[in-house]
This record gives sequence, structure tokens and C-alpha cells, in this order.
Amino acid sequence: MTKVDVGKKVLSANEAYAQKNSQLLAQQGKPCFNLISSPGSGKTTILVRTITDLAGALRLGVIEGDIQTDIDAQRIRAAHAPAVQINTEGACHLSATQVHRGLTELPLDQLDIVLIENVGNLVCPSAFELGEDGKIVVLSVAEGDDKPAKYPAIFAKSKVLLVNKIDLLQGGLVDFDLEHVRSEARRLNPGIEIFPVSARTGAGMQNWYDWLVAQARRSG
Amino acid sequence: MHETAVAQSLVDVISQEVEKYRGKPLRAKLSCGQLNAINDEVLSFAFEAIAQGTACAGMTLEIEHKPLLAKCRACGRDFAVELSSVRCPGCGGGDFELLPDAPLLLEQIEFEGTEDDEGGCRQEGAQCQ
Repeated sequence: MTKVDVGKKVLSANEAYAQKNSQLLAQQGKPCFNLISSPGSGKTTILVRTITDLAGALRLGVIEGDIQTDIDAQRIRAAHAPAVQINTEGACHLSATQVHRGLTELPLDQLDIVLIENVGNLVCPSAFELGEDGKIVVLSVAEGDDKPAKYPAIFAKSKVLLVNKIDLLQGGLVDFDLEHVRSEARRLNPGIEIFPVSARTGAGMQNWYDWLVAQARRSG
Repeated sequence: MHETAVAQSLVDVISQEVEKYRGKPLRAKLSCGQLNAINDEVLSFAFEAIAQGTACAGMTLEIEHKPLLAKCRACGRDFAVELSSVRCPGCGGGDFELLPDAPLLLEQIEFEGTEDDEGGCRQEGAQCQ
């Protein structure tokens, strides 16, 4: 038996592209965030409302990741922001190579910030670095307040937690303990920023906008 | 099921290494952190399927999971994190900073045959046992 020590990163091909992406964004001074959540948490609705409410104040560009269709990119373009749709055709996450293509197709010089909407999945996208400045995890109240405990990796890795659909909390339409989610997320990640929002009614969205604008100012 | 993408990268990386040596590769030793979300069974299954018809066909995987470390902001101690209950074992505090997670690494490849086959010994940095 012969043993050969290798010591090579298995995802080095992805990481090389992540580094390329990070360099490209840094050269242009554009912050970039990677939105990760289960399907149906409202990522696209959050993006559309953010683009609309910040029109004239912050120019957003979006890379949309989906297994199939360009429904999401169409929604972003209808809100008058540039979007590149990536179809992964079965893959459960975006790779840094795909995001690189997205970045080269976006008019970066006309943008203040780039947001990546990853494929709806609370597990796999967290394992692939894309060259972003941070991850943003979105959890909607209808999914239940046990998600930070059940899917700890993404909550431990994210800079921001957006708790969406808080309008459903009124009238007791769903059983969801916001304080429990807050303490669970902070237990995994003491520095995480938590913004309870409703992209449908606009409640709480201003806190998220303030954070986003501060990120763009920091880079600009 | 991101393990299929990981398995494809693994077949690519191992195939590049295997080209440099004689002998049939039998086993690959990997290590990974806690946030790579790697399930051994799923990765081995995906690897077996993707390896068919490549230089990695028939190889088995051995995966070591390395602990995720955190630094306590109160007492400065580094400790291994259990994601189900994160507390500093030194002071019991819950204010900490996660340290970088271990990357997914191909640590070692084991080949069939002996040193007489002029296996990996010729390569710089390689160790024969």
C-alpha cells in the first residue's frame, strides 16, 4: 500500500472563481450579498419592494438563481432593475462560476450594490462561496420558529436575518415566536443583524433599507 | 444534494493527482468542517456513481469531520462549537466569534502496490508507509 499526501482543497475550482468575483467587485467598489432561504420565503418579493422603495437612492442589480424559468428575473426587470437569470437545471445551489457570468453580464458601473438570489434551499447554498461580502438568510414566519435550531449552518454564517411575512403574526394566523428565533439565531451567531419585515405591507422594511444603504456608503 | 457537485469536484481533483502516479487508487482520505454540510453516506454514494468510468472507479472515501472553533469574547478562550448548544466551557458565556471553518480537503490517496512499484515516493512532499 502506498499513501500519498495531497492536502488540496476539493472545491478549489469554485473558490478560484469566488476569489475572481470578490476581486472584480472590490475593484468596482460594489458590495455584494447572497440571499439564501427555503423556496417561498419571499426573497424575490423583498427584492422587488426594495428596488421600488429605494428607486433614486440606491441602484440594485440582481443575479437570480433558479432551477428553471426566468420568472424571477422578469419580476426584477419589471421593477426597473437589471437582472441576470441563471438556470441551474437541477443543481440545488449557485456556483461561483455561474455568478461570475452573472457579474460580467450586469452593468456594474451603473450599480451601487449587487444582490444574488440563490436557489431556494436552506442547506446546500451555504456550502458554496460565491465571492460575496456576506450572506443574508431569509426566514418567513410560516416556516416555523424551529428553523435556526434545525438548519444551524446558514444562521451561523449569515450577516443578516430577515424574518419575512410578519404581517401574518397579527391575528394569530401562524404560531411563530419571534423572540425565540431572535435568541436562537443570536445563540449561533451573536453578531447577526435581525430585521423582522413584511415585504407585502412594507412593515419593518426601513431598517433593512438603512442597513443596505450603509453597506453601499461604506464601499462607495 | 450538493454532494453531487462536491463529488464531481472530488473526482476531478483526485483524477489530476492519480495521473502523476502508478498503481490503482483504492481510498481517499478527506477532512471537512462542520459548515460544509457534508453527509458521508450521500457523498460516498454520489462519488461512487460519478467515479464510474474514471480513474477513481472503485475507490472508497474516508471522511474526517473537524470541529468548528469559536473564540469567547468574554474570556478569550478558543473552544469547539456544538451547534446544538453553544456556550464557552471556560466561563459559560454565550458571546463568541466563530473562527473560520475547516475547508473540505483531499488529505491523502492510498494506492495499491508496494514501494517497489515506484508509486508516490518520487513525488515531492509525498510520504510512503
